Formats: sequence, C-alpha cells, structure tokens
Amino acid sequence: MTIAATIEAKLTDAFAPLSITVIDESHMHAGHAGARPAGETHFRVDIVAAAFAGQSRVARQRQVYALLADEFAAGLHALSIRALTPDELPNP
Amino acid sequence: MSENTVNSRIQDEVNKSDVVLFMKGSPVFPQCGFSAAVIQILNALGVKFNSVDVLMDPEVREGIKRFTNWPTIPQLYVKSEFVGGCDIIREMYETGELADFLTNKGVENRAA
Repeated sequence: MTIAATIEAKLTDAFAPLSITVIDESHMHAGHAGARPAGETHFRVDIVAAAFAGQSRVARQRQVYALLADEFAAGLHALSIRALTPDELPNP
Repeated sequence: MSENTVNSRIQDEVNKSDVVLFMKGSPVFPQCGFSAAVIQILNALGVKFNSVDVLMDPEVREGIKRFTNWPTIPQLYVKSEFVGGCDIIREMYETGELADFLTNKGVENRAA
C-alpha cells in the first residue's frame, strides 16, 4: 500500500469523513531537505468531517498527526492539512 | 543534553519575545518553503518577531516537536501560546483572523 493510501485509510477509519483527498506532492520537493529519492515524503490532505466540529485548528491537526505518528517516524516529512466540518465548506 | 534542559531552553525562547518562529533557516534565507511562507506573512503584516533556526541545533529540532506535540516545522508562538504551523497561519492570514488575533494579543501589526 502506498503511504497516500495508508493515510487515507487511517483518516477514513478515524473520522468517517464526508470527503477526503490525499495528494502526494513529493515530486514538488525533490532535492529539498526531507525529500528521499524514493519519494513519499510530502503530502497534502483535504478532509471534511463532522467529527471536527467544535475543535480548534490546532486540535484538528494534532489528531491527524497523532494518527500518523508511525508514518512520521518512518520518513513522512511534511503534511499539509486542511480539516473542515461540512458546515465550514465554502458556499457553492 | 537532557530533555529537561532542551525543554527549558525552548521555554526560554518562547517566553523571551512576543512572537517567536521556530523555522528552518533564517528570515533572510529560509531553508524550506513552509518556513518561507510564514516569514512572508509575518513580513506582510509588519510583525516584529524572533526566529530560531532549528537546523542549527538538532536537539532543538527534535525537542520542539515534543515540546509542542507537533511533528512539523515551522511553529509559531505568540505570547507563549502555540498558534500553529504553516497551514494554520496561512488560513488565519487569508481570513484576516491572524491580524485580529495579533491585535487582541497586543502585538503591533500593519492591519491594526
């Protein structure tokens, strides 16, 4: 399983999100600090879940980070997170 | 150095100035795009801040992650309170919340 797939599976299990997108942006950081030739170091996560209601931005990201502690220990270097509740989605 | 010593050094840095950014590189030569983005925002708001280059000290680099319970850098502290990393600062800047937050904390900024 790719790290992107692992991230998506773990966050889906934990938050039952309305939507989740995990994008591997490692290629954008190739050659920079934290990048590895094998890639899979830099990711972006967009997640919308009711579970975040009433929680500060810091609390939301901490939960996501905590779930991925193993991945960080194994070389995940950067994770951009946008964690919203369904109510916070921009109006169409 | 013991973890205690690192923690108290970090706490000193956090307490020493109203706005402290733990980052990679210096404000003039940031070594990472995420750190550079936060510097740009602080400069755009005309905020006076102190920075700590974690690349200069491996113990601080690892220690700050435990201290804040936050696995990534940069990390912004205002009046000894952890505000967030790059995503949060960017979001707060775009919505105007960051300027309000700084003003409420008594930190001079251009938007005030």
